[in-house]
Amino acid sequence: MSTSIVAHLWLIPAVPLAASFVILSLTNVQRAAAAGFAIAGQVIALLLSLGAFWPTLQTPGYRVFQNFTWFAFGEQALRIGFVLDPLAAVMLVMITLVSLCIFVFSVGYMAADRNFTRFFAYLSFFSAAMLGVVIANSLLLLFVCWELVGLASYLLIGFWIHKPSAAAAAKKAFITTRIGDIGFFLGILWLYGRSGTLLFYDGGTGALESVGLLSLGTSATFIALLIFCGAAGKSGQFPLHVWLPDAMEGPTPVSALIHAATMVAAGVFLVARVYPLFSLGAINGVTPSLTVVVWIGVITALISALIALAQPDIKRILAYSTVSQLGLMMVSLGVGGVAAGIMHLLAHGFFKALLFLGSGSVIHGCHEEQDIRRMGGLRGLMPVTFFTYAIGMLALSGVPLFFAGAWTKEEILHATSQWSPSRVPHYLMLAGVVLTALYMTRQMIYVFFGDRRAAAAHAHESPPVMMLPLIVLAVCAVGFSVVLTPAWPWLHDYLSGERATYNFSLLIQPMLYFALALVAAGIGLGILLYRRASEIDPIERTLPALFRFLENRMWLDELYDRTILGWARFAARLSDFLDRYFWDGLVRLCGGLGRLFGGLTKSLDERGINAGVDDATGVTRALGRFVSARHSGQVQIYLSVIAVGMLALLFLYAWLT
Amino acid sequence: MAHLITGLIFIPLLGALFLSVVPPRLARPAALGCSFITGCLALEMWHHFDAANPALQMIQQHVWIPAIGAQALAGIDGLSLLLVLLTSLIFPFAFCAGRMSRGFYSIMLVTQAALYGTFTAQNFVLWFLFYEMSLLPAFLLIRIWGGEKRDRAATKFFLYTFLGSVALLLSFLYIYFVRGTFDFAELAVLGKTGLLTGNLRWLAFAGIFLGLAVKVPIFPFHTWLPDAYETAPTGASMVLTGLLSKMGVYGFIRLLLPLFPNEIRIVGPWLLGLAVCSIVFASLAAWAQSDLKRMVAYLSINHLGYCMLGLFAVTASTAAPAVEAQAALSGVFLQIFNHGLTAAALFYFVGLLEERRGARGLGDFGGLMQRTPLLCGWMSVAMFSSLGLPGLNGFIGEFLIFKGSFALAAGYTAAAVLGLLITAIVFLRAMQALFSGPLADTCGNFPDLRLGEKWVVVPVTLLMFAVGLYPQFVLHIFNSTVTQMARLLG
Amino acid sequence: MMTPTLPTFLMISAALFCIGLLAALSRRHAIFILIGIEMMLAAAGLNFIAFWRFGPQPAPPIGVMVTIFAIAIAAAEAAVGLALVIAVYRHYRTTDVDQVDQLKG
Repeated sequence: MSTSIVAHLWLIPAVPLAASFVILSLTNVQRAAAAGFAIAGQVIALLLSLGAFWPTLQTPGYRVFQNFTWFAFGEQALRIGFVLDPLAAVMLVMITLVSLCIFVFSVGYMAADRNFTRFFAYLSFFSAAMLGVVIANSLLLLFVCWELVGLASYLLIGFWIHKPSAAAAAKKAFITTRIGDIGFFLGILWLYGRSGTLLFYDGGTGALESVGLLSLGTSATFIALLIFCGAAGKSGQFPLHVWLPDAMEGPTPVSALIHAATMVAAGVFLVARVYPLFSLGAINGVTPSLTVVVWIGVITALISALIALAQPDIKRILAYSTVSQLGLMMVSLGVGGVAAGIMHLLAHGFFKALLFLGSGSVIHGCHEEQDIRRMGGLRGLMPVTFFTYAIGMLALSGVPLFFAGAWTKEEILHATSQWSPSRVPHYLMLAGVVLTALYMTRQMIYVFFGDRRAAAAHAHESPPVMMLPLIVLAVCAVGFSVVLTPAWPWLHDYLSGERATYNFSLLIQPMLYFALALVAAGIGLGILLYRRASEIDPIERTLPALFRFLENRMWLDELYDRTILGWARFAARLSDFLDRYFWDGLVRLCGGLGRLFGGLTKSLDERGINAGVDDATGVTRALGRFVSARHSGQVQIYLSVIAVGMLALLFLYAWLT
Repeated sequence: MAHLITGLIFIPLLGALFLSVVPPRLARPAALGCSFITGCLALEMWHHFDAANPALQMIQQHVWIPAIGAQALAGIDGLSLLLVLLTSLIFPFAFCAGRMSRGFYSIMLVTQAALYGTFTAQNFVLWFLFYEMSLLPAFLLIRIWGGEKRDRAATKFFLYTFLGSVALLLSFLYIYFVRGTFDFAELAVLGKTGLLTGNLRWLAFAGIFLGLAVKVPIFPFHTWLPDAYETAPTGASMVLTGLLSKMGVYGFIRLLLPLFPNEIRIVGPWLLGLAVCSIVFASLAAWAQSDLKRMVAYLSINHLGYCMLGLFAVTASTAAPAVEAQAALSGVFLQIFNHGLTAAALFYFVGLLEERRGARGLGDFGGLMQRTPLLCGWMSVAMFSSLGLPGLNGFIGEFLIFKGSFALAAGYTAAAVLGLLITAIVFLRAMQALFSGPLADTCGNFPDLRLGEKWVVVPVTLLMFAVGLYPQFVLHIFNSTVTQMARLLG
Repeated sequence: MMTPTLPTFLMISAALFCIGLLAALSRRHAIFILIGIEMMLAAAGLNFIAFWRFGPQPAPPIGVMVTIFAIAIAAAEAAVGLALVIAVYRHYRTTDVDQVDQLKG
């Protein structure tokens, strides 16, 4: 039975893919059909995912895979395959569920858009590619889907293509992630060269299994770091995080699905998937590559949380929050808490999608206004949105007991505290918890509390089709916490391949209180700071320089523009210049030398060889003219000359004898 | 089956003659009809080709000029068949690009015959005859139907490539005087143990290298290319980039690499360096272009650089493992096919834009996606294929090349991967300038893809998808050839 | 009366030659020039006879024979010369050699 499931695993991405192509062939006016196909495709994918999820529940550490030859080159065969294990299964369910919610939400959100059908085609395509990433049993197949996910992200960020800023953001996203992907690509090449296979699991000979790992030796560290480049690009890790906030130029459902819940988490998923590579040769759970992951995650989590504090755009705050949370997940993976990282990924998928959809609802209600300084007091006007948003906010801040984010965060903090090389990441992550609570409180207060400012005047609640997904996701964000608690760490044990046991004594432990205290501190500080929210931010009033620094995203974009991009552009212009003037100049020089040589030969011919012949004939002719002038035609003169000549000969004769 | 090769070579020639009597308005259909026949012959050839057999097939051998060792020897192996198929594919595609005069199609057909000859000839004299035979029509195509500055570009193209051919010919004469044969297979056998001795062999090597390097072209012998491609009419550009550049790559595989394995091993690092320079500098230069055609031309250099990287990586390393050599060679062969298809498609699309707008600068367009979504959509596919997006044809070839060459020459390959990034930047920049933003006033009345254009674009794009998703049907053609060649070169 | 010696003959011959030359060079009329030439020939013939007569004896009569030969040729030549003169006269209506300068270069 298990083999038959894995044999049909490809159907899960194939269904949305087929839906996408069907929708692409529709015309712009067939809106209902487009939405219908997309949602139907997603529902089927969800059901199939649940079908795939079911067997993984039966046996702990369940893993089935099916490999097949994609193509053969020379005498070699390149094999790819699909794998189903707990990691893939939970991701499948999360992605299809969140996608379904967002698809439904989009029906309402995009109702007025001209290119409604195209939007659903892209969304379905994205979903297909993302599901492909999850079930891939080959690094190459994963990379293929990974790039297609990037393509979908590019298309959807630039969906409002008439907006130059959207087009620029789409380009930036694609290129920035591609920088990471170049590293990823090299990592794949290296891994392929060393282990001779790109399959993760292949009955003992896969790249992640003992034989494959042994053949890597010390190169594993470099391979892991190169692969991490790709993960960092996709998951917006410092220093490649700059594209993610700009990606908010896309429609809000896109931000929710791709740039919060699923695609950006693919980097975390990737690291988790190839975790054996990272942890190969670990001493006490520490390897050089994992250490890099930890520190990159820490830096990312902290700076983006700080930047989030000073952003005015509702979506950008959430974007930086996403970056920060992804950093947190990376830290978790780096310190060895793989299960914790994935749990946070799943929980984050639900509540961040919820928050983004909530922000979409707010933006929709406020007539495309995104600046939180112009909102305020929406609580009464948009009750459902407020309520669900609050759940999302509490989950993200990590308020304990009922919200998914709390348990996962607590588990991550627990993992960081166990990390042997340094306690610094642990403390910084604690600071991150406070910051998260702080900026979320700021956002809540600005949007839903206080006076109604400019954009809030005519705000209205969104239609039911947008409300339903919000409610479903809110329920998920709360309900999901049931399987996360330390008392019954079902998900944790499911992911680690163990059988969960009940232990209610673990429910209450010191870290929980500590986390609660931190969150309370963050929220309290937030309320204290922002209780009288106005157009001018309190931090801006007191620390204008710091605020400006954070508001301008630490000037990282400008820095990149001046340095790397500037140099690259200069290199491009230089290449063009060299090509036109130097290399082509050399060619022209050769041509010129040839022409010069030709000219020289020509003049030598004309003035040298040819002139000699000409002169000789001229002299001869002049001589002839001179001599013939002496011929008078007078016979007697001739005769006298002869006579004189004879006389002369005579004298000569006489003289000689 | 031997008559197939003869048929392939002579039918376009007869067609070229026949075109001079048909009415001018029927010239294009007649040319298309002619390439339909050759296409059928090529498919027939594929049908009868035994892919499992790495040896030459459908051999046709006649005594020609025995005194100089010239034999009319033609035959195909996997590589030849691949290029024959590509030629049969690109020509009808190029005929569809723009309506040209009768003479144009006639000269194009002559070029086609020359290309078939080049890709099937197995004796140097015959090969060289066809090799040169393609040069003159190409010159005429640029000189007569080119855009502005055509005079200069055509002369530069002709002189540059001709100079290379002369060097090639002289080197081969020297080889003939020493070894007494012009037969590729015999020369390859001799090459294993050292074809020539003494310092003069370097001169012979340099002559052949120069001749082929100009044709491909490899940095820094490439400066004729942007001018020529930019000026040439769309159809001619497609043939130039899709096929004529492949003659150079083909020459490298058939002539230089088997004949001078030891020499290449010595200068290998330099050659790899040149290939990397082709990849990186050409893509950087493409970034700086504002003319679409020139941009595509530079990217053409970049993509052929990948082929060269793969080839040099295989031959430059001592005792390349068979896996890596096979991967790199398969990648190179596939890249030959893919680049031919994709670059021709890109030129076709640029031609469509130019035809509609009368200009082809990046700044001359804007917001086309709103006006011509189909044109933009299909053009994007070609662009993504060119930048190596997985799922499309470009990726597989590049992946295999990089897979092979990374194991054989890691540092060079790592540097070359930069080309992938810069190519992406170039294309995204172009897409941003062309497709997005507000609709430019000058583009307000563009027609979207017409029916005839759809009939051209859709099959080609489907082929790109087919190769990208199921590359086996192309790889199958040359797998045994690759295996044999890897043994020969590695 | 002194006996005739070779120098005497040579003197006479030289005088005769000089007179002939002078005539050939100074006269304008073609006939006179012809006569001058004949005189120079005669002088040459005289020399032959004289060298033969005063040479070592006995000797074959070579001098006489050459002279007779020369006289015969001179006669023929005179005939040709006169014919030429007549032809020139018919063409140019003059026998003045100064005016016959068609050979002028």
